[in-house]
Amino acid sequence: MRTAFFRALLQAAERDERIHLVVGDLGFGVVETFRERFPNRYLNAGVAEQNMTGIAAGMALSGKIVFTYSIANFPTLRCLEQVRNDVCYHRANVKIVAVGGGFAYGALGMTHHAVEDLAILRALPEMTVVAPGDPIEASAATQAIACRPGPCYLRLGRAGEPVVHADPIRFEIGKAIRLREGHDVTIISIGGMLATAMEVANALMVRGLEARVLSMHTLKPLDTEAIMAARRETRAVVTLEEHSVIGGLGSAVAEVLSESGDRGIPFKRLGIGTSFTTEIGSQEFLREKHGLSVKGVLRSVECLVAASEAHPTSKFAAEQ
Amino acid sequence: MRRLMNHSNTRKSDLFLHAQRTRADVLRMIHLAKSSHAGSALSMIDLLTVLYEKILRVDPSRPDWAARDRFVLSKGHACAGLYAVLASRGFFPRDWLNDFYRDGARLAGHVTWNGIPGIEVSTGALGHGLAIGCGMALVGKRDLQDYRVFVLLSDGECDEGSVWEAALFAPHHRLDNLVVLIDYNKIQSLAAVSDVLALEPFAAKWKAFGWRVQEIDGHNFDQIEAAFDFPPTANEKPNCIIAHTIKGKGVDFMENQVLWHYRFPDDQELAAALSQLEGRE
Repeated sequence: MRTAFFRALLQAAERDERIHLVVGDLGFGVVETFRERFPNRYLNAGVAEQNMTGIAAGMALSGKIVFTYSIANFPTLRCLEQVRNDVCYHRANVKIVAVGGGFAYGALGMTHHAVEDLAILRALPEMTVVAPGDPIEASAATQAIACRPGPCYLRLGRAGEPVVHADPIRFEIGKAIRLREGHDVTIISIGGMLATAMEVANALMVRGLEARVLSMHTLKPLDTEAIMAARRETRAVVTLEEHSVIGGLGSAVAEVLSESGDRGIPFKRLGIGTSFTTEIGSQEFLREKHGLSVKGVLRSVECLVAASEAHPTSKFAAEQ
Repeated sequence: MRRLMNHSNTRKSDLFLHAQRTRADVLRMIHLAKSSHAGSALSMIDLLTVLYEKILRVDPSRPDWAARDRFVLSKGHACAGLYAVLASRGFFPRDWLNDFYRDGARLAGHVTWNGIPGIEVSTGALGHGLAIGCGMALVGKRDLQDYRVFVLLSDGECDEGSVWEAALFAPHHRLDNLVVLIDYNKIQSLAAVSDVLALEPFAAKWKAFGWRVQEIDGHNFDQIEAAFDFPPTANEKPNCIIAHTIKGKGVDFMENQVLWHYRFPDDQELAAALSQLEGRE
């Protein structure tokens, strides 16, 4: 995703000379091309994220479109008040980009686990929150936020994720992408869990269950229509995120479902629990610890579908 | 033609009277609003008066003029002072001041940007203004604009680490179009600056960071005006003006009192203050 982001940013910067890149002394091996192509539109603000974000706001208020770039929680939580006051309140044209969403930097330890960012950034007024599911979405998202006025948060994974989309996509901020159709269960995925969602859907098919898979690449504004369609047209809903179960995609979808006025639907949030992760290990290892491996997700989805068969409002129950 | 918008050839005694009237406005606002930060506003009024009457290239009829100088009041709690100055300079009607702080009013209790002409940025959380000013100054340099950026900090605000992040940044990027003005009134929210978190040697710190530093009497109009008298790209160093001021300046019972960081004047205190401000020449 990182590579796709920088390639798309370069293209956007070729088209729009207002685009600047401000980095917090991170991005070795990936920022150089931009720096060499646009030396007067590149800035390394140093290891000073509060300053980086304030500067970005000042530049944006002077007519620029400013991408701030760092990793993990540094461009978001470290300078949260600058994000809130300087960027969001002024509707400044600042695009905050973090590489290392979720456990992408798993083995680096707790400081580098970005697992509350979506919840916190989602709560900020004016902020658009985007977490693409694969490199193709990352590229499209970069182009889209460059053209969208106002504050955005772009949460990326790392380098080298698989391409999930086999076909060209139509990417629109705030519109989920349906990758797979099915009526037994909907798996709504955000960010880099998309590949897992698709693998789980394939495994479910072998077991005779058809899963709809939605890539909810935009957490805010949320595609409530896609959620309500899933509610109407499928028998259970699962959210999947490499993020705390508090406040992220699962919470956002739960808010929509619970306020819809409809009868309940079997629903499960799959994500990271509410404790700090103290185990040490790679992204794959930590995902597995939190039940987010293909096997773990499959088990949870199967349990939910089984429970939904006994659910009083379920179509399974109605058919029996 | 940098001096194009030099507002007037205001004489020193006129500046003094102007500043006193502004102080009176500030106290009326704070009295009506039952709000705080009278001392913080009074200490910087002479600085703002010289800036807005003599120095800043601004045009009240075109508050968004691209070539304007930018002024950021980073000590946003002292906003009553800025609002009063902007109103007297014609950025918005004076009667807006009467509703300061009230339900449904335009002017909030910290500098708030909501379409208020002449307000560049919202502040109130300390330690934000200098970084924003750095961003504005950087764009000015990169786009070869000749506007200057002025950021007014409080002394207590310099407890914030973010101030020093920006203090590192500006000299590195040779932002000589940036002026930091510090209202060094020596008293912060709860106690004297020297008792809370000492800043001294203060000037030496800014110098060591690479700034061109001047120390002035922040109530001496000649010194204030002279401190700003340098070409916009003078020396490749950003400018720091440490203005020694008196918290609560202009009202004897408010001067140098911690109390008047928070307290608002009651009817009697307001009358006493106004007689001092409007009575003496």
